[in-house]
Amino acid sequence: MAMAAPLVLHLLLALLLGSGGQSRAEPERDSLREELVLTPLPSGDVSATFQFRTRWDSELQREGVSHYRLFPKVLGQLISKYSVQELHLSLTQGFWRTRFWGQPFLQAPAGAELWVWFQDSVEDVDKSWKELSNILSGIFCASLNFIDSTNTVTPTASFKPLGVANGTNHHFLRYAVLPREVVCTENLTPWKKLLPCSSKAGLSVLLKAERLFHTSYHSQAVHIRPVCRDAHCVSISWELRQTLTVVFDAYTTGQGKKDWSLFRMFSRTITEACPLASQSYVYVDISRHGQENETLEVSPPPTSTYQAVVLGDRKTYAVYDLLNPATFSGSRSLNLQLKWKQLQDIESQLVPFLHAQRYVSGYGLQKGELSTVLHNTHPYRAFPVLLLETVPWYLRLYVHTLAITTKGKDNKPSYIHYQPAQDRLRPHLLEMLIQLPANSVTKVSIQFERALLRWTEYTPDPNHGFYVSPSVLSALVPNLVGAKPADWEESPLFSTMFPSSDSSSYFVRLYTEPLLVNLPTPDFSMPYNVICLTCTVVAVCYGSFYNLLTRTFHLEEPKRSRLVRWLANIIRRIRGVPPV
Amino acid sequence: MGLLLDSHRRRALARLLLRLNTPLCVVSYLAGVFWFLGLAFSPLTQNTYISENAMGSTMVEEQFEGGEHAISFARDFIAQRRKTGSLPVAWLERTMRSVGLEVYSQSFSRTLPFPDETHERYMVSGTNVYGILRAPRAASTESLVLIVPSSPETLNAQAVGLLLSLAAYFRSQIYWAKDIIFLVTEHDLLGTEAWLEAYHDVNITGMQSSALRGRAGAIQAAVALELNSDVVTSLDVAVEGLNGQLPNLDLLNLFHAFCQKEALLCTLQGKLQHSDWASLGGSLHGLQTLMLMVLRQASGRPHGPHGLFLRYHVEAITLRGINSFRQYKYDMTAVGKTLEGMFRKLNNLLERLHQSYFFYLLPSLSRFVSIGLYMPAIGFLLFIPGLKALELWVKLNKADFGPEEQLGPNHSPAQPIGQDARGVALTPLVAPVLISQATGLALYLLPVMGQHVAAQHFPVAEAEAVVLTLLAIYVAGLALPHSTHRVVSSTPRGPDSGWMALKLLGLLYLAIQLGCISLFNFSLGFLLAVTMVPAAALTQPNGPRFLYAVLLVLVSPGATLLGSLFLWRELQEAPLTLAEGWQLFLNALAQGVLDHHLYGALLFPLLSLGLYPCWLLFWNVLFWK
Repeated sequence: MAMAAPLVLHLLLALLLGSGGQSRAEPERDSLREELVLTPLPSGDVSATFQFRTRWDSELQREGVSHYRLFPKVLGQLISKYSVQELHLSLTQGFWRTRFWGQPFLQAPAGAELWVWFQDSVEDVDKSWKELSNILSGIFCASLNFIDSTNTVTPTASFKPLGVANGTNHHFLRYAVLPREVVCTENLTPWKKLLPCSSKAGLSVLLKAERLFHTSYHSQAVHIRPVCRDAHCVSISWELRQTLTVVFDAYTTGQGKKDWSLFRMFSRTITEACPLASQSYVYVDISRHGQENETLEVSPPPTSTYQAVVLGDRKTYAVYDLLNPATFSGSRSLNLQLKWKQLQDIESQLVPFLHAQRYVSGYGLQKGELSTVLHNTHPYRAFPVLLLETVPWYLRLYVHTLAITTKGKDNKPSYIHYQPAQDRLRPHLLEMLIQLPANSVTKVSIQFERALLRWTEYTPDPNHGFYVSPSVLSALVPNLVGAKPADWEESPLFSTMFPSSDSSSYFVRLYTEPLLVNLPTPDFSMPYNVICLTCTVVAVCYGSFYNLLTRTFHLEEPKRSRLVRWLANIIRRIRGVPPV
Repeated sequence: MGLLLDSHRRRALARLLLRLNTPLCVVSYLAGVFWFLGLAFSPLTQNTYISENAMGSTMVEEQFEGGEHAISFARDFIAQRRKTGSLPVAWLERTMRSVGLEVYSQSFSRTLPFPDETHERYMVSGTNVYGILRAPRAASTESLVLIVPSSPETLNAQAVGLLLSLAAYFRSQIYWAKDIIFLVTEHDLLGTEAWLEAYHDVNITGMQSSALRGRAGAIQAAVALELNSDVVTSLDVAVEGLNGQLPNLDLLNLFHAFCQKEALLCTLQGKLQHSDWASLGGSLHGLQTLMLMVLRQASGRPHGPHGLFLRYHVEAITLRGINSFRQYKYDMTAVGKTLEGMFRKLNNLLERLHQSYFFYLLPSLSRFVSIGLYMPAIGFLLFIPGLKALELWVKLNKADFGPEEQLGPNHSPAQPIGQDARGVALTPLVAPVLISQATGLALYLLPVMGQHVAAQHFPVAEAEAVVLTLLAIYVAGLALPHSTHRVVSSTPRGPDSGWMALKLLGLLYLAIQLGCISLFNFSLGFLLAVTMVPAAALTQPNGPRFLYAVLLVLVSPGATLLGSLFLWRELQEAPLTLAEGWQLFLNALAQGVLDHHLYGALLFPLLSLGLYPCWLLFWNVLFWK
C-alpha cells in the first residue's frame, strides 16, 4: 500500500506531463510579456507603469475555444459571448497632473472609464453594452452597473479602435465614465487574479495593495484588442494588456530628497521573472533633459540601455532583463535605486506641449459656465485637438453660448458634433476639432442652467455636488525630434499602446479633471413637512385674499327655491303661523 | 375669512380697527422692541452644537509644532517686504515652492471710483500669491482655503509665517482628501475680491486681473487669518460678511470647539464670554455682544476677507490674533494647532457645510438665536405700518364713516363702494413719488459722477467732494415739499384725502422694503424698522408739526447711521465725542459708497434708491398743504 500510492502519483504525473509534452510539441499559441517602467517625473515624483501583455493567436469568436492557458477565461468568454471587438476599462484614483508630471504613457480619467467597440454583427448594441457592463461590474467589483443611458455616449471621432478593425462605424462604440467611482483594494485583487502569475512571481510581487494605495495617483486598466498575428496581417491575435500606473510622492516619503529605490516605494524587491513570461523587463528612464553632465545614478548598473523617441522626445532607458541570470548575479534580489547627484531645478522643468484645465465658473445655483482651457506650448507648431465633452442632462447647456477663443479671437472649429441631452435619458455630447495655434491658450466655454431634480433623483449626499465627467482631448502632438518607425512587436510595451501614424507626431489622449457642480438642493433634514405646511398656509391665505380683493359685494335678499318655500309654508301652517 | 366676506361684520371689524388702532400700534411696537431685547435671555437663546456629523468628535491629536518656524518665516517676510517695498512675490513663490506646493501668482489692478482716504489708495495694483497643496489620490474636485490678507498698513507678517509653516507641515501629511489653497493677497480685501473673481471667472466689480493658471475645484470652506504679533492673548472671530451674509454656524462651532480643546481665549466682537450665563449680568453682557453683532451685520460691510467668500457660497470666517495686556499669552504653535484641527475637520467633510443655521444672531460664542426666534421682533414692528395703512384705507374709503354709523339701518346698504368721491385719487401722488425717487437716484449717481466737477469748483479733494455732494443732495431733499406743491394742483377731494393717500402709499412702500430687507439682513431691517416705523406712523400735517419734523429728521437713514456709530462705540466702551463722531460719520459715508463700488455692497443703493425716497414721502406728508 505504501508503495502503491507513489506509483499512482507517478502514473498521474506521467499522464499530466504527457499531455503537457504534447502541447509543447506544437508552437505555443499564447505568450506573456511583462514590463515595468520607472520614470522620475519633472516634479520630483516617481511614476511606475506596469504592463502585462498576454497575446493569444486564436480567433476567439470563430473557433469554439474552450481551452485557456494564459488568457483569462472569464474575459475570453465575455469577448466571444458579446462579440466584443475592443474593450478598454480603467479604474483610477487621483489625477494625472500633466503640467507637472509630463505626458503620460496612458492617462485615465478619475473614476471608472469603459469604452467598448462591438463587432458589426451585434444587433442590439445597447443591450449588449448594458449586459457587458453589468458583468464587468461583477468581475472587477466596481460600480460599473451604474452605467446606463444617462451617462453613455457614442463619440463619433474621439475614440477610434486601437487594434485591427475593418470598419469604424461609430454606432458600434459605447463610451461611459463614472467620475464618482472610488478605486480600492477590492478592485485591485480581481485585476491581479487575471495575471498569469497572479501576484506570486515576477513583477507582480511588487503590487502590494498597502503600498499601491499610498500613492498620489493610481490607475489600473484592462485593454483587449485584436492585433495582427504577423507582418502580413492575414489573421488576428487577441491582445490583453493589463496596465497599472502609480505615482509615488517623493516629497512626503523622501524627507525632501528625491532619491528612490524599489524597496522604498513598494516595500518589496524583485527576485525573479514570472516563469510563464517570455519577456520580462524593467526600464528606468535616465534621460537627461538638456543637461550634459551625469546628474543621476542608478544601481545596480543596467545590463543594457535602450534609446528611442517616446512621446515626442528622445529618451534613454536603463534596461534590466529579469530573464537574464546576470541581473540577479550580484545579489539574490533586484532592488533598483536611483540617486540624484545634483538636484534638478524645478523651475526650469519642461512643460508638455499640450495640457488642459477645466473648471466651472460663475456663482449662484441658477446658471454657470463650463470652461476648458487648452494650452499649446509648442513654440512654432500648431496642431488640431479633438475635444469631447460629455455633460449630464441636469446641466442644461445653452449651445448658442459656446465660445472658443484663442488670443482674444474667435476660433472656429472645423468639426462639430453635438447631440443634445434628453432629460433622464441621455447626456449632452459635444465633439469639436479645434486648431490650436502655436504657443497659445484656447478657452472653450459654454453656459448652462442647473435643472431641478425630482426628489428621488438626488444622490444620498446631495450637498456634496454632482460630478461632471472630464473632457477628453485627443491630439497628434508634433514630435520634438524625428522618430524612426520601429518594429511594433519588438518595441517595449510602453511605446506600443497607441498605433503610431507617422514619425513627426505622436498620439496623446488627455483627460481634464472632473468637475463638482452643486445643484439646487432642498433641505432634506426637514423633509417636506415644512414645505407642505407652508404651501398649505400660503394657499389658504392667498385664496381668501384673492377672493376678497377681486369681488364686489352687494347685499341681496336671500332667494329661496319654490320647494323650500312650499315646505316652509307647510311647517308654518302646522304651527299656525301665516305663510310667507 | 368668512368674517371679512360678510359686509356687516366687516364694518364692525373696521370700526374696531379704527378704535383700537393706536393702542394696538403702541403694544406692537413695544412687543417688537422687548422681544428683541429679550433675545439675549435664556428661553430665546440656545447652546450651540455641531450639527455636521463629519466634524463631530475631536479625537485627533494635533501635532503641529512649527511655531518657531512660523516666526522665522515672518521675520524673513518682514525683511523681504522692506526690501521690495511691496508684497515680496518672488520670495513667497520660492518659499512656497520649497515647502512643496504648486505655486501661482495673479496680478490685478483697480482704479477706485474716488480716492480712498482711510486706506490712502486710488490706483491700486498688486499681486496675489497662492500655493496649492494637491491632495493625493483626489482629482482636485474640492478644496479648502487658508487666506492671509496683507496690506501696507496691516502686514500680517506673523500670519504669513504661520501660513507657510502650516503649509510645510500639511504637505508632509498623507490624510488630505481635499486640496488646500494657501493664499496671500495684497491690498487686503481688494486682492481677495480680485482672486475670488478670477477663480470663479466672473467680473462683477470692474476689477482687472490676470487669469488664474491653477485651480482646485469647488471651494468648500475658507479661513482667513490676521496676526500681527508673535504671541497672542486671544483670538477674535468675525463672521459678518458682505451684505450681512453669515457663514454656516457649524464653521463657527468648529472654531469654538477647538478654542475649548486648545484652551484658547476666544472672543466674539472683541468680547469675552461672560462666566455666568444665567445671571442678569451675563445676559446683559450677551445683549451687548448681540447689539454689536447687529450693528456690524447691519452695516453690510465685509468684516474681514472671509466676507467676500460668502457670495460664492463658500463658508468662511476670519480669525484675528489679539495681543492685549493680559498676562497669559499663547504662541504660534497653539494658534497653528487650532488651525490644523479645523482644517483636518473640514477635510473630513463629505458634503458642503449645510446642516446648521445660516441665519442666526450670537449673544456669545457658545449661544445663538435662530431665525425662527428673532423674526417675530421685526414681525411686530412691521405690523404697525400694516395697521396704519389699513386705518388710512378705511378712512379714505369711508370718509363719512361717522355719520353713517348714526344713520344705521336706515341707510341703504346696497350702495356700491368706491364709486363716488370717497375713492383714492392717485394723480396727486405721482409728482411727490416721482420727485422723491428722482432725488434718490441723484443721491445714488451724482456724488461719484460729479466728483471732478465739484473738485474743480470747490477747494476740496475728490473724496471730500463725494461725501459733501452726498450730504448736500441729502439735505436738499428736505426742501422738496415746497417744489412738489408747485407741481401739484389743489386736490378736489376734501382736505385730508391727499396726504392720507400719500401716507398710505409711503407706509406700504416702507413695509414692503423693510420686509424684504429683513429677510436677507435681519439686523439692517430691524434697525431701520425700529427707528423709521414709529415716526412714519405718527407723521401727519396737522398736530405738533415741529415735533414731528424733528422726530422725522432724527430717524432719517443718515441720522440712523450717525446714531448707530455712536451706539457702536458706546457698546465697545470707547465713547465718541461729537467731533469724532462727525468725522467717523463722514468716513463711513465714503466707505459705504466705496464698498458698493468695490465689492458690491448693497447698503448704499438700498438707502439712496429705496429708503431715502420713502422717507421723503413722509417728509412730504408732513408738509402737505
